Amino acid sequence: MLAQSFLLAFRSVARNKLRSFLTLLGMIIGVAAVNAMLTIGGGAREQVRSQISALGSDLLVVWAGYRNDRGVYTPEKVPPLRIEHALHLKRRLGGAATVAALASKAGRAAFGPNSVEVTLNGVTEDYMRLRNWSIAAGRELTPTEVNSGAGVCIIGETVQKTLFGTESALGARIRLGALACTVVGLLREKGSSFRGREDDAVFLPLETFQTRIAGNRKVESILVSAGAAAQAVRVKARAEEALRESRRIAPDGRDDFVVDDMAELLAFASETIGMFTAFLGAIAGISLLVGGIGIMNVMLVSVAERTREIGIRMAIGARKADILLQFLVEALVLALLGGVVGIGFGLLVAWAAAPLIDIPFAPRLASILFVAGLSMLIGIAFGFFPALRGSRLDPIEALRHE
Amino acid sequence: MNDPTPLPLIRLDAVWKSYGERDARVDALAGVSFSMERGEFVAITGPSGSGKSTAMNIIGCLDTPTAGNYRFLDLDAGRLDRNRRAALRNAHIGFVFQGYNLLPRTTALENVELPLIYRGVPPRERRERSADALQQVGLQGREHHAPMELSGGQQQRVAIARALVSAPTLLVADEPTGNLDTKRSREIMDLLIMLNRERGMSILLVTHEAEIAACAGREIRFHDGRIADDRRQTEAR
Repeated sequence: MLAQSFLLAFRSVARNKLRSFLTLLGMIIGVAAVNAMLTIGGGAREQVRSQISALGSDLLVVWAGYRNDRGVYTPEKVPPLRIEHALHLKRRLGGAATVAALASKAGRAAFGPNSVEVTLNGVTEDYMRLRNWSIAAGRELTPTEVNSGAGVCIIGETVQKTLFGTESALGARIRLGALACTVVGLLREKGSSFRGREDDAVFLPLETFQTRIAGNRKVESILVSAGAAAQAVRVKARAEEALRESRRIAPDGRDDFVVDDMAELLAFASETIGMFTAFLGAIAGISLLVGGIGIMNVMLVSVAERTREIGIRMAIGARKADILLQFLVEALVLALLGGVVGIGFGLLVAWAAAPLIDIPFAPRLASILFVAGLSMLIGIAFGFFPALRGSRLDPIEALRHE
Repeated sequence: MNDPTPLPLIRLDAVWKSYGERDARVDALAGVSFSMERGEFVAITGPSGSGKSTAMNIIGCLDTPTAGNYRFLDLDAGRLDRNRRAALRNAHIGFVFQGYNLLPRTTALENVELPLIYRGVPPRERRERSADALQQVGLQGREHHAPMELSGGQQQRVAIARALVSAPTLLVADEPTGNLDTKRSREIMDLLIMLNRERGMSILLVTHEAEIAACAGREIRFHDGRIADDRRQTEAR
């Protein structure tokens, strides 16, 4: 009976090609809009997730400054962070956590006639590891170099390409302003994060950076790795306690530093994007609703046109449920056809849009199934009333029709 | 069926069918009583508005009486709900209409299959029985023609095949020759007579043509919602 209903439905849809096409078009546009929005939103979420995990999702980042009422960091006039704060953190957190410090500024690197804009980063030995940098050739900075302020550096992919082309930079001495230093390591390409492109980085020992480039003892941020994202909350509390000690904050005083939790940030960003995606999806859903109304309309026409057919079917023994099923399945077929084409079309739109707004094309099976289910639901919901109307016809009246 | 006194096929007992209320009330049937045995060929005649169509709708279980009893075999058919009447029609009644009432753009075979679909007969058996029914009405080779490609007489034969395919207990024919010329009418009537005589099919025929009614073994004439005359014909038709 159900198979028969599908057969009838496909025939009926195929019989009125233009009408079916126009109805499908409404459905296709609605489904495509919803699917494109969900896919693009999913891509944006994927983008943020990969950017934050490139940063290290188990990381705590300490900045100097106040957090205002809304939890937003405000860089006011507060004493800067210093290496001593990082060392105190390391002592208090013990072996479970890794601590690293960073100071940075924009500058130029030169080798022979070539020069390039770079970001100069003074770091302690663990910094690059915490930030998921990996060494393509050469080695990392050693603790001795960091403490002694040695004239060595590790350069990013862009710097290497611009200054050295295809030749190896290892062992070469490059100029960073007044400082000459030896390249001991080359970094693997990292791509961009929400900090922008990072492959223009030059890393050198913090001591070297402070004395030879910055000319002060300031540390911009301190990174703390909690070891695992699950530990972050506990480590964060202990880190804050240690920082209050080392920055001599009174028990009732206001913290003049901020500890950002990357896992928290990731959750917050995902949630925000999720809400935004749902909002856009809901707006696109309005067009899906219009598609559904189109189905209802065409089904009402179909039932009216086939009044006599309904009468004949009833006379030879079709029950109300048989007629209801026949027209419901027809509406469902329309909705599903529109749904399938619309899903494909929506994926196409998302695929085409992804590079334009610089996010990955990341379709998810779950959201595709959701959209398919939604179109089925639309078909049943909007097909029900016309089908019910058909099933309630009086057989004698229906047979007399026309 | 080993009842000492076999049940009549149908029995109407003081059946009324009224439309409208109070002063505006119209009685399409005003106390109709008669019964019909299995194997009978009954013609219901009368001028238009005499109530013969209303009677046919009630007998065909398309409609229910306002008052009175209508029994189909041992069933209280006048008081069944819609779905039970649909099931009764599907199991026991075959309809042949004046306007053929075939589904357009659907082949002869598929039209004949229709009652079996609603009975849940598997596709293969459905096709075989339908082809068989078409053969019985002399339409072998026309299985895959659409109604539009067939003549009026052929279309009516398809409709008869559709009525026969479910092996009904009662065949209800509503002006089956109304749209046909004399020759085709004769062919259709011969087919009905053959079904009645050789296969024992019970047939209820509604017509306003005396010549057509004369084919039946019994003629019930309606007038103003009542039975005016109920007469068995014994001479050869």
